[in-house]
Amino acid sequence: MNRTVRYVLGRVAQAVGVLWAAFTVTFVVLYLLPSDPVALQLGAAGIETDKLTPEQLAQVQAQFGLDRSVLAQYWGYLTGAVRGDFGTSFAQGRPVAELIAERIGPTLTLSLAAGTLALVSGTALAYLAAAVRWRPARLLLTRLPSVGAAFPQFFVALLLIQLLSFTLAWLPATGDAGWETLVMPSLTIALLTGSVLAQVLMRSFDETLRQPYIATARATGLSRGAVQLVHAFRNAALPAVTILGVLVGQTVTSAIVVETVFTRNGVGRLAQEAVLAQDVPVVLGVVTLAAALFVTVNLVVDLLYPLLDPRIIHTPKVSAP
Amino acid sequence: MTLSLSRDLEAPEEDELAADTEPTGRRAALWSALRTLARRPGFLLSALFLLFVLASAFVPQLFSGYDPYATAPKDRLLPPSAAHPFGTDDIGRDLWSRMLSGSELTIKATLIALAIAIVAGLVLGVVSGFFGGFTDSLIMRFSDVLLAIPGLLLALAIVTALGFGTIPVAVAVGVGIVPGFARTTRAEVLRVRTLPYVEAARTGGASWPRILVRHLLPNSWGPVAVLAVLDAGVAIIAIASLSFLGFGAAPPAAEWGSLISAGRKFMITAPWVSLLPGLFVAATVLTLNHVSKTLQELER
Repeated sequence: MNRTVRYVLGRVAQAVGVLWAAFTVTFVVLYLLPSDPVALQLGAAGIETDKLTPEQLAQVQAQFGLDRSVLAQYWGYLTGAVRGDFGTSFAQGRPVAELIAERIGPTLTLSLAAGTLALVSGTALAYLAAAVRWRPARLLLTRLPSVGAAFPQFFVALLLIQLLSFTLAWLPATGDAGWETLVMPSLTIALLTGSVLAQVLMRSFDETLRQPYIATARATGLSRGAVQLVHAFRNAALPAVTILGVLVGQTVTSAIVVETVFTRNGVGRLAQEAVLAQDVPVVLGVVTLAAALFVTVNLVVDLLYPLLDPRIIHTPKVSAP
Repeated sequence: MTLSLSRDLEAPEEDELAADTEPTGRRAALWSALRTLARRPGFLLSALFLLFVLASAFVPQLFSGYDPYATAPKDRLLPPSAAHPFGTDDIGRDLWSRMLSGSELTIKATLIALAIAIVAGLVLGVVSGFFGGFTDSLIMRFSDVLLAIPGLLLALAIVTALGFGTIPVAVAVGVGIVPGFARTTRAEVLRVRTLPYVEAARTGGASWPRILVRHLLPNSWGPVAVLAVLDAGVAIIAIASLSFLGFGAAPPAAEWGSLISAGRKFMITAPWVSLLPGLFVAATVLTLNHVSKTLQELER
């Protein structure tokens, strides 16, 4: 029990630490790199700094909180972020949290649809590749994911639009109303994440099927299919759980490109617009949100993992966190 | 007693022999590796294609007779033909030569990104693996943090701060792939460090810097090189994506991503304007993956 509590507390503390550090790194990148952050950020708000009198400039700076020292600004953003307040957008003059809340719906729907599709297709492909005996077919199946992962997502998206919207006229090319608009964006994202998942699963199936206990199960007279489904799958799926965080991260990043191509009004497109307008608080908010999502998923995986594989807690760790 | 004595006498001889044949052995291994590679048609084709892409990045005018910026209003949106292999765009510019001049920016951005990642990754990885202890955990925690920010988003933050253009995009993508290189280098350094020849060199009185340069770096760069080839594909996709989103070089200049993005407006009437360049990017990444996979198999 003591060990379990220590494990859970350690993981939670680590997750909070990583999230704080990710926020800080993003803040440092956004606020310390540009040559003139004040001009950059006022430019995003549509204000030209050289046309203002010094008094006006000071007033505008005070309005956006830019007159404070960088450390004071950092502290303000950090304490705000903890309470869910990411400041005010320079370009739109509205709270960043409000902008994100408004547009997170389509992104969540898309991520859920794409995630389900990737999970099903990736698992099915890996399962099939492990089950097929005929060498050429097996080779083809094992090579498929690396091909799927090599196609740039904007290219896949354009190809789908050309094929399914313009040539066959089955689906609308753009928009985010109705399930029809969800098909092509989810396919685009699932092609990448499903491929990554399939690659990990294939490798792990390969290793698992060579274990002695598989031979034992076969020796008891079970069919190859039954052994693979009942005995191999559970162990082979373990490594896939660990990359869940990576897959979620990939889905979020994919949303930026995919939502831009299919003009879906989600957080990904918000990020793209914010970068184009150099709207620093919005970029900070979206990046922090994505990092928080990644860290949370990894934390959940870390906490669930001992239930799936009890050895994690009971063997001493190699390196201290 | 006599047995151990005779062994002691034999041992130096063996060592001398090994030292004598060692460089030739390495060269011979390289030759045999090259011969194995040459026998793989898939690898040869991929290597030739990559060579062509690389050459087109440095001397694009070698492969096309058109000026990538010359407009010809009467030749707008021509389909692919012998004269224009990729067709023409909305103001009659030859797309093939625009694609090649796009290689110039995109491939150079990729090389810059890789150079940043390799140099920073090697330094961080070697320092981390070599010194260990507090330095090691500090560097590894830092790379954990960088990995916690999904790749493209970190790049977006950097691009927001640095402004738009080919160089900022290259820097942003390069920084994003540093942690992977740092980790691979560190793992290799940790592995090589404990090998008998390092111990032998140490016993022989070699200083740590000498061991680092003579033994650790040459023997741990293999996996790093494979990762570099693989990450070249990742970097190309990331750079093209950022350029596609509109953060790359300003309009008249062509980049792979911005070319494809510009062609979107004519998808219904002239799909080749964005699909052919897209196919070219996909082919480049695919061949890079194939080459890195072959090299990986060779390492084993």
